[in-house]
Amino acid sequence: METLVKGGGLIVLLVLAVLFPQVFANPAVTNYGILALIFATAAVAWHIFAGNTGYISLGQAVFYGSGAYAMGVAARDWHVQGTSVFELLPLSGAVGAAIAIPFGLIALRVRRHTFIVVTIAVFFIFQLMAFNFWFTGGSSGLGSPFLSWAPVPYNQNFYYIALACTVGSVVVAWLIGRSRFGLQLRAIRDDEDRARGLGVKAMRVKLAAFTISGAITAIIGAVWFYYLNQVHPQTGFNPLFDLTLVLMVFLGGFGSISGAVLGALIIEPLTQWMNTQPAFSGSISEVIIGAILLLVVLFMPRGIVPTGGEFITKIRTRGRPAVIPATTIGPASSASSASSVSSGDAR
Amino acid sequence: MTALLRTEGIMKAYGGVQALNGAEIEVEEGTVAGLIGPNGSGKTTLFNVITGYERPDAGQVLFGGRAITGLAPDKVFAAGIGRTFQLTRIFPRLTVIENMLIAAQAKDRPRNLLAWLGRDAWTHHRRHALELLEFVGIERHANVLAGSLSYGQRKLLELAYVLVADPAVILLDEPAGGVNPTLINLIADRIRLLNAEQGRTFLIVEHNMEFVMGLCSVITVLESGAAVVSGPPGIVRTDKRVLDAYLGVDLDEDAGLDEEEGR
Repeated sequence: METLVKGGGLIVLLVLAVLFPQVFANPAVTNYGILALIFATAAVAWHIFAGNTGYISLGQAVFYGSGAYAMGVAARDWHVQGTSVFELLPLSGAVGAAIAIPFGLIALRVRRHTFIVVTIAVFFIFQLMAFNFWFTGGSSGLGSPFLSWAPVPYNQNFYYIALACTVGSVVVAWLIGRSRFGLQLRAIRDDEDRARGLGVKAMRVKLAAFTISGAITAIIGAVWFYYLNQVHPQTGFNPLFDLTLVLMVFLGGFGSISGAVLGALIIEPLTQWMNTQPAFSGSISEVIIGAILLLVVLFMPRGIVPTGGEFITKIRTRGRPAVIPATTIGPASSASSASSVSSGDAR
Repeated sequence: MTALLRTEGIMKAYGGVQALNGAEIEVEEGTVAGLIGPNGSGKTTLFNVITGYERPDAGQVLFGGRAITGLAPDKVFAAGIGRTFQLTRIFPRLTVIENMLIAAQAKDRPRNLLAWLGRDAWTHHRRHALELLEFVGIERHANVLAGSLSYGQRKLLELAYVLVADPAVILLDEPAGGVNPTLINLIADRIRLLNAEQGRTFLIVEHNMEFVMGLCSVITVLESGAAVVSGPPGIVRTDKRVLDAYLGVDLDEDAGLDEEEGR
């Protein structure tokens, strides 16, 4: 019954997502959808690594920018034109993965705060490289090849590409969540040393998750680049990108796939809309986003999905002693159930 | 009569503190051995050295005649030495059954990437894991988050998930500490059963004298990082050196006191 409702709900959501650009064909509207889906993909990719292992990475923009630059440089140097530029997406993913391995081998040696600081440091190294390498176009950045689509199909096509990326990343995250691999990741989150004592190859497992996360982020970074036709060191390697991802995931619910998607679908359109409003000109939208982050931390530290899930359980059990949600949900949906009960201070 | 597990002259110092000073213990196959000693006498450190969580400065750990000194914890675990911790170390945000499966995956490594990403971790070992949960009496809580279990139930879960990997020797660090008397009896009973029916070997650190004396056939007393006496409970109980070093003059009174301190 539970799975039936969930499956049905997912299908309805997917149908709505597919119909959206048909109903709202206006490019100004589909633009919101495209950017929201791009961020949803990036947030799910972040969840695959950070949400499962509990390692907060602030270096995802390394992959996002590298994916964008990989596509831009390859298209320029190999004279790839038009729709065949999309054939470079696997290359971007491979570049993301190739960067993730040495990055992870260094950063994953340390935990918690130190890990966060190392990821930020690596991020700034990459931004500096984008400014200074001979093949990146320096501060003027890179342009993409011209795509001869009219405005309406242009946005619709990109919408469906971004939607495919979101669905793909959600499927990957879901498969990982229910696998032995996902279980190992969550064991590392709870007690890494104990997990190692029980034979979990912690480094290998963390690195695999980091690499998958990096590859997906690089692919969606390339889509973003081709959609906007340009990338600069400050936009590709944008420090706000990581903070936005963290905000999205924490708002939606840290540790759950649905939380990551929901957070992105709320925050990104909001940011875009504020950027079009004269009242929020300048950096006011960033101030507001920062204020939202503070409010989330203060009043809903576990995010919408876990808090909402608990609320529903409370209504269902009305008065009876609260049942722990994990008993009603199977291990199949453990990605969401894991976070739905206890916050970080469970121990 | 060779010992299944033996340590020889283990030395371990933390800064100026000599935690272990030539500690020697022997655990015969198929016995329940006890390890007692005052607080700070090095019992847990010795456990850590045996199970690879600490590297000794000198000395050897022999398991089935093979030196396992300095192996990583997962290698020691795979070799057949399971352990529980004084403060239980379960995975609080995994369900009870997931805790069991994490332990199960140690003994059977997936052959390829598909198996690793696949669901076999659940289907394969689920039945065995549930049987063990039933054995320790917490199968009702299989799908509950382990963090919501009571302290005693966590001890039982830890025992069950050590059993999943089918170890030859099980090291229990204070299995009765902070647990209510009913559960203490259950734990003691399960240990007896595992020993009698499956011939499993145990080494138990415990401050609860009644528990240790009733369960163990050999008891080693550790004092200042070295073994003072080793023998059956009847002998250890009355040994002059033990009375002086550990239990004080009056056995009953001080045993009770020490037990309190251990919590």
